[in-house]
Amino acid sequence: MFEDVSVGDELPELVKHPDNRQLVMYAGASQDFVAIHYDLNVAKEAGHPNVIIHGALKSAWLGELVTGWIGSEGRLLELDVSYRAIDFPGDTATCVGKIIDARIEDGVGLVEIEIGLRNPEGAISTPGRALVSLPTRS
Amino acid sequence: MTISVSSDDTVISEELRSFIDLESNAVTYDIERHAIERFACAIGDPNPLYTNREFAESSSYGGLIAPPTFFRSLLPRDYPVPYPEPFAHILDGGSKYRYNEPVRVGDQITVVRKITDLFEKHGRMGAMLFKISEISYTNQEGRLIGTQTTTTITYGTGEKDSGVGDH
Repeated sequence: MFEDVSVGDELPELVKHPDNRQLVMYAGASQDFVAIHYDLNVAKEAGHPNVIIHGALKSAWLGELVTGWIGSEGRLLELDVSYRAIDFPGDTATCVGKIIDARIEDGVGLVEIEIGLRNPEGAISTPGRALVSLPTRS
Repeated sequence: MTISVSSDDTVISEELRSFIDLESNAVTYDIERHAIERFACAIGDPNPLYTNREFAESSSYGGLIAPPTFFRSLLPRDYPVPYPEPFAHILDGGSKYRYNEPVRVGDQITVVRKITDLFEKHGRMGAMLFKISEISYTNQEGRLIGTQTTTTITYGTGEKDSGVGDH
């Protein structure tokens, strides 16, 4: 419920352990066949030690972080994601979120969340934000 | 709309600039339950709203829906004339999604893309072209259910990456 949320609250972390198989599954499901996501030779030619995770797959995890938290009664209204750094399969990817605003607009409880994907070095490779609505008690 | 021209040898030609605000050919997708299941499985999201019909029907949604980034699987079609991509390599800079309604099993979603801005920057990889595109998703009742605004960065010469020009 909207009333249970406070600015500064953190969402439960969502931890992902992506592997090459998941990247191939995502390529098929999204039809994103850019070779740097599955062909090691192409990734190495581009200077990477491994194939790289699709940015949009990281968006999907950040979407899951938020929709899992709001449940079936909340609604995701906005999701912004920016790919600042590359992430690799084999590394743990941790999705984090923190509430930065909570307000009532036209009777709707709106909550704004700062979100991000944290890499094994502790840096946020993929920052973003989400806006959700939550049901109110009144 | 802003167009940054940093030098006389800009990669943003008049031809390229003519693509701003040009709509892609519309494409309509029938949303099948299986496609949503496959997408949810690929991203590893176990939310039963995407796969469990009974759960979804008894929820506030009243039926199966798609994950928020399912839009990524509904590729826009090409432009009425070929897009003259000047570079070989592609990077996805990010996306901004706006949702009015979820995608539902049985929907027919029409997808149209248009470029809203083109600008270039110069970095360690040389000249880079930034393309901002807005993609609209409209359902069978004519309601805009959501949009995705993407930033696509292209750079470099040589053999073109597979997929350059599709995004």
